[in-house]
Amino acid sequence: MTMPTTLFDKVWDAHEIHRSESGQSLLWIDRHFVHEGSFHAFNKLHERELPVARPDLTFGIADHYVPTLTRHLEEIGDAKVRGMIEQLSDNTTRHGIALFGLNDPRQGIVHVLGPEQGLTQPGLLMVCGDSHTSTHGAFGSIAFGIGASEVAHVLATQTLWQSRPKQMRLNVEGRLAPGITAKDIALTWIARLGADGARGHAIEYTGSAIRDLSMEARLTLCNLSIEGGARCGVIAPDEATFDYLRGRPYAPQGEALEQAMAYWRTLTSDPEARFDREVTLDASEIGPTVTWGVSPEDALPIDQAVPDPAREQDANRARQLQDTLDYMGLSAGQKLTDIAIQRVFIGSCTNARIEDLRAAAAVLKGRRSKVPGIVAPGSTQVKREAEAEGLDRIFLEAGLEWRESGCSMCVGMNGDLVASGERCASTTNRNFKGRQGPGARTHLMSPAMVAAAAVAGHLADIREL
Amino acid sequence: MEPIRHLDALACPLAQANVDTDQLIPARFMKEPRSVGYGQFLLHDLRHDASGKPRGDFILEHPEARQASILVARRNFGAGSSREAAVYALVDFGFRCVIAPSFGDIFSSNAVNNGLLPATLPEEDIERLLEHLGDTPGRLHVDLETCRIRAGELDLAFTISPTWRTKLLNGWDDIDMTRQHEEAITRFAADYAARHPWLKASPGDPGVIARDF
Ligand code: SF4
Repeated sequence: MTMPTTLFDKVWDAHEIHRSESGQSLLWIDRHFVHEGSFHAFNKLHERELPVARPDLTFGIADHYVPTLTRHLEEIGDAKVRGMIEQLSDNTTRHGIALFGLNDPRQGIVHVLGPEQGLTQPGLLMVCGDSHTSTHGAFGSIAFGIGASEVAHVLATQTLWQSRPKQMRLNVEGRLAPGITAKDIALTWIARLGADGARGHAIEYTGSAIRDLSMEARLTLCNLSIEGGARCGVIAPDEATFDYLRGRPYAPQGEALEQAMAYWRTLTSDPEARFDREVTLDASEIGPTVTWGVSPEDALPIDQAVPDPAREQDANRARQLQDTLDYMGLSAGQKLTDIAIQRVFIGSCTNARIEDLRAAAAVLKGRRSKVPGIVAPGSTQVKREAEAEGLDRIFLEAGLEWRESGCSMCVGMNGDLVASGERCASTTNRNFKGRQGPGARTHLMSPAMVAAAAVAGHLADIREL
Repeated sequence: MEPIRHLDALACPLAQANVDTDQLIPARFMKEPRSVGYGQFLLHDLRHDASGKPRGDFILEHPEARQASILVARRNFGAGSSREAAVYALVDFGFRCVIAPSFGDIFSSNAVNNGLLPATLPEEDIERLLEHLGDTPGRLHVDLETCRIRAGELDLAFTISPTWRTKLLNGWDDIDMTRQHEEAITRFAADYAARHPWLKASPGDPGVIARDF
């Protein structure tokens, strides 16, 4: 009898080339995405005069620095930003790597584009110099972010040294209440376990509430794995996964698809498989959740109030909490629904897929936003799809800006910034100090909740709209 | 990469938890080539006030901070973005070691790849170390061979993965290590392709299409 194994083990073992005495695995990489920020890695390669081992398994994507007001390179005012996009183009051209560039109709944020183009498939090992690579685990692949030295290593060898992480099963049972989304599940578990709660672990998301999620929602959930410190998140592939993949440009077709599916169906954890940790959430208890602080763990259901440092036993924690409130411009005990906002942002690899835009538009339809804001679709394809459905009109009529796709205000590298001291309700993934711009104050929540906040002018409960 | 065996050096206390990589180096500086020196960007927005003036009371602005090569921080150091630039900023500032109760996973491997030692110490020990240092840089001894940190009366055991310890002690580089396995990789790749025939460019694979420049 063979030992029962997890989905994660199955995929890992299929990619292990060699195991060192100290237990490190040399892993084969199926897909490697590079973006503008990967220039350090290319430079390392050039210093050593090394070629790219497998350009056919490497894909270049312009997303972090792309402007959202134009698709024309020459219209980018900031020479350094323009240079970042040109540099990616130069590096991919030099090494014969496919590029989804600025004005490619398939362009998008790497973690939206991968699944959309069918590059993301069950059972693969995928890496990218970006921490939210965990997103792709929604298809039952192992996908994680790596640093520039590791990117250079993958470019040079198509392999990577890693030690096998511990494994945690995050089981979400029951039904989500109407209006509650994958974003709320994620913020809830991160608040409960902490921003480093899953550190050193690969998470497998299981349970009836997970099975009921659409592929878009699964991508959101896996995307946020890193915000709880996890190395990656995986969800076993099922019919929803296969349906999503059918007919995508890079997905196998015809007989190859049949072959692939026969393998993909084996990618589940055996019933007896052991996990290092088990956590269970009751889906019905999850409410619309928002962050109030400067770490994704600073999250609470919208009907709660800002915590009070005076009630904190530990002096260090009280001090840090006070520092957070000072940065965020909040007072202890303030009701979350009393927090006025100055801006909204709907975008990012977390929540800018078509379903997210539909959810936000459903709230904004026939209403006006009290504050300015940007909608940046997750990919050019999402943008076209949204326009075909008339969602762009809804956003524009609500008074928001309808932009081109890119990372945009999630990280502000292209110049889309939240001003210092300004408060933004955002569908993104990080509320870190300065993430959306120096001095910017970020509140994370689902797309419908951002739309509700836009309409109200303050954080608002979607259930009351 | 320069090996590390032990450090006898000044340590800066940074008594904060969740010092993420966005704080270690704000995104706007990441367009710069490494040759400009990333040390100037380290914790930039904590070090400067809104008008860009250095905050004299911040630890990295202490006159002795530039001589320090150890940083002591609270839990979840280096969480968030995978940007290796966060490690470049620490290294270019002069740090060779960060001591904290926990680190972001990607941050620690980036650190090791740049010869920066991420030493994990239990939370209580970090508090004792921070108390020992107070508000100013102070001398510490970090011994990677025995995995101990000494300061005054304190003698503390830290942890680091054995693989990383070996790498740091020897200043090894992964690409060199991997090259010894070239044959195994080639064999694996062929076998893997045979086992997963559908991964060959599928009929619908658009491949490399016309570029935009
Ligand atoms: S949208 Fe934000 S989190 Fe996602 S890849 Fe871009 S910068 Fe990173």
